[in-house]
Amino acid sequence: MQHRLREFWKSYRRSIAGVVGFAIILALALVAACADLIAPANPFSLSRDSLRPPGAQHLMGTDDLGRDIFSGVVYGSRVSLLVGFLTAGASTLVGILIGGIAGYYGGKLDDLLMRLTEFFMVIPRFFLALVIIALFGSSIWGIILVLAILSWPMTARLFRAEVLRLKSQEFVIAARAMGCGDLRILFEQILPNALSPVIVNISVQVAYAIILEAGLSFLGLGDPASMSWGVMLANAQQFLRQAWWTATFPGLAIFLAVLGFNLVGDGLNDALNPRLKSRVIRIDSLKLEQA
Amino acid sequence: MIIVNFLLIHLAPGDPATIFLGNLGTSQEYVQAVRERLGLDQPISVQLFIYMGNILRGDLGFSYVSQERVLKLILERVPATLLLVGTALVLSSVFGVILGVISARRPYSLADNLNSFLALIGYSIPVFWLGQLLLMFLSLKLGLFPAQGMVSLRRMPTGLSYYLDVGHHLILPVLALGLRYLAVNSRYARASMLEVLSLDYVTTARAKGLPERRVFYRHALRNALLPVTTLFGINLGVIFAGAVLTEAVFAWPGLGMLMLNAVYARDYPVLMGLLLVISTMVILANLVTDILYAFLDPRIQF
Repeated sequence: MQHRLREFWKSYRRSIAGVVGFAIILALALVAACADLIAPANPFSLSRDSLRPPGAQHLMGTDDLGRDIFSGVVYGSRVSLLVGFLTAGASTLVGILIGGIAGYYGGKLDDLLMRLTEFFMVIPRFFLALVIIALFGSSIWGIILVLAILSWPMTARLFRAEVLRLKSQEFVIAARAMGCGDLRILFEQILPNALSPVIVNISVQVAYAIILEAGLSFLGLGDPASMSWGVMLANAQQFLRQAWWTATFPGLAIFLAVLGFNLVGDGLNDALNPRLKSRVIRIDSLKLEQA
Repeated sequence: MIIVNFLLIHLAPGDPATIFLGNLGTSQEYVQAVRERLGLDQPISVQLFIYMGNILRGDLGFSYVSQERVLKLILERVPATLLLVGTALVLSSVFGVILGVISARRPYSLADNLNSFLALIGYSIPVFWLGQLLLMFLSLKLGLFPAQGMVSLRRMPTGLSYYLDVGHHLILPVLALGLRYLAVNSRYARASMLEVLSLDYVTTARAKGLPERRVFYRHALRNALLPVTTLFGINLGVIFAGAVLTEAVFAWPGLGMLMLNAVYARDYPVLMGLLLVISTMVILANLVTDILYAFLDPRIQF
């Protein structure tokens, strides 16, 4: 296992994009983990210094209620990473399950599941999420749940295609001849060999979930109990004329985080599927992406 | 989609009758009367049937806030959004394909790398933040463009100057909204071009001694553009989502602003109506693209 990891790192290292992206995400994760140490103030604590420009006391200035923007940006990384990773994780699990069953069993079940997948792909994801959250009220967990429910189809299609490719190969037939059950074949034999497109897809999903969460928060549907970058941008909208810093820094944070995950996706793609060198953005996932 | 809509209304917390009346301390009998008038005392299946019938007749209900017909509110806003989305979609498709073709002409050249860089930024930048940046620096700081709305309210221009004025207001929102699709289209056109260029028939054309320009622009380009057309339908949902955010930044008086106001006022009939109308448009656009694609590409058969 260690050997394989080292091999993987060796081929991953060759992609500059991937390494830069990895560095960005690592930095982001560190900031999120040590937010209490890095942030100078509680992001919610109010003060009399409203709309102060960036300076020694407030690195990124303050907003209209005198809250320190730097602290907000630091704590906001937690929200974005949480939403990004949990959404991508949950939707990947569902996608693997549905795509795997559809691809492995084929026939009527496959038809049914794929029609369902197509239905979820054509509905406008962002609007459905928006309306559901507006109706049911907003919390981080609600946002994660809704985004995960709406973003599994891509993974399901990718994984199904891999399963279809692999299920007639010799090692699978051998496993069946040895008397392995369907579930064991699917999860122990096929799954490890079908993971690379799914892994590449995870980083795209994380990036997209971060953007979607920011967009929902920007429209006033963010979790009121947590400081998120999208909420900060929504606040900033009224003060664009007086206070450029209120919008610039949280937005920059979203941009960097999304950039980081996109770059990692690119690096992973080069390392895991060396034949499909498409640089910067993978076309197969891009083609089917939906909001 | 209609059923999804219906289920959402019924699963949502709170009784529509109570929401409808607000917290005015109304008597229990009055609530009951309203429930009967709204048909809420019927079984769910009957309600679904009535709801579907109403939608087919174009009745999306009334706004809680303004008491106007939801359909009328939506139709009023459609032209502004279509102008924004249409302009962004057309421009980003045209320029995206041009950039992609330039990239594919000399892969890994300076121009290609610049394009990749631009695509990466376009692909990672949130639409609304890009809008805010453009607004802050090009409009508020430098005063090159109007900041809000679709027409200058103070001057009330007419005739030709009206169109020029709208065009002037349109530039920044289109830039903000279009960059992402510019990136998507240029990446896709590039990949599609490179794929086609590696096919046998292109090699044959080259072997026949045709000039490279002819092979590239005549033989390859045509077939490479085919898959790009599919992006149109697929992207429509995404671009509508981007339009809502862009409209929120620039106070563009389209469906997005209507939606934003409905979110803030918790005006559910308007929200549900918008969801229904936009989903229908997106699903129809997907269908049309599929049919168009099958029509353009004889290899696809249903």
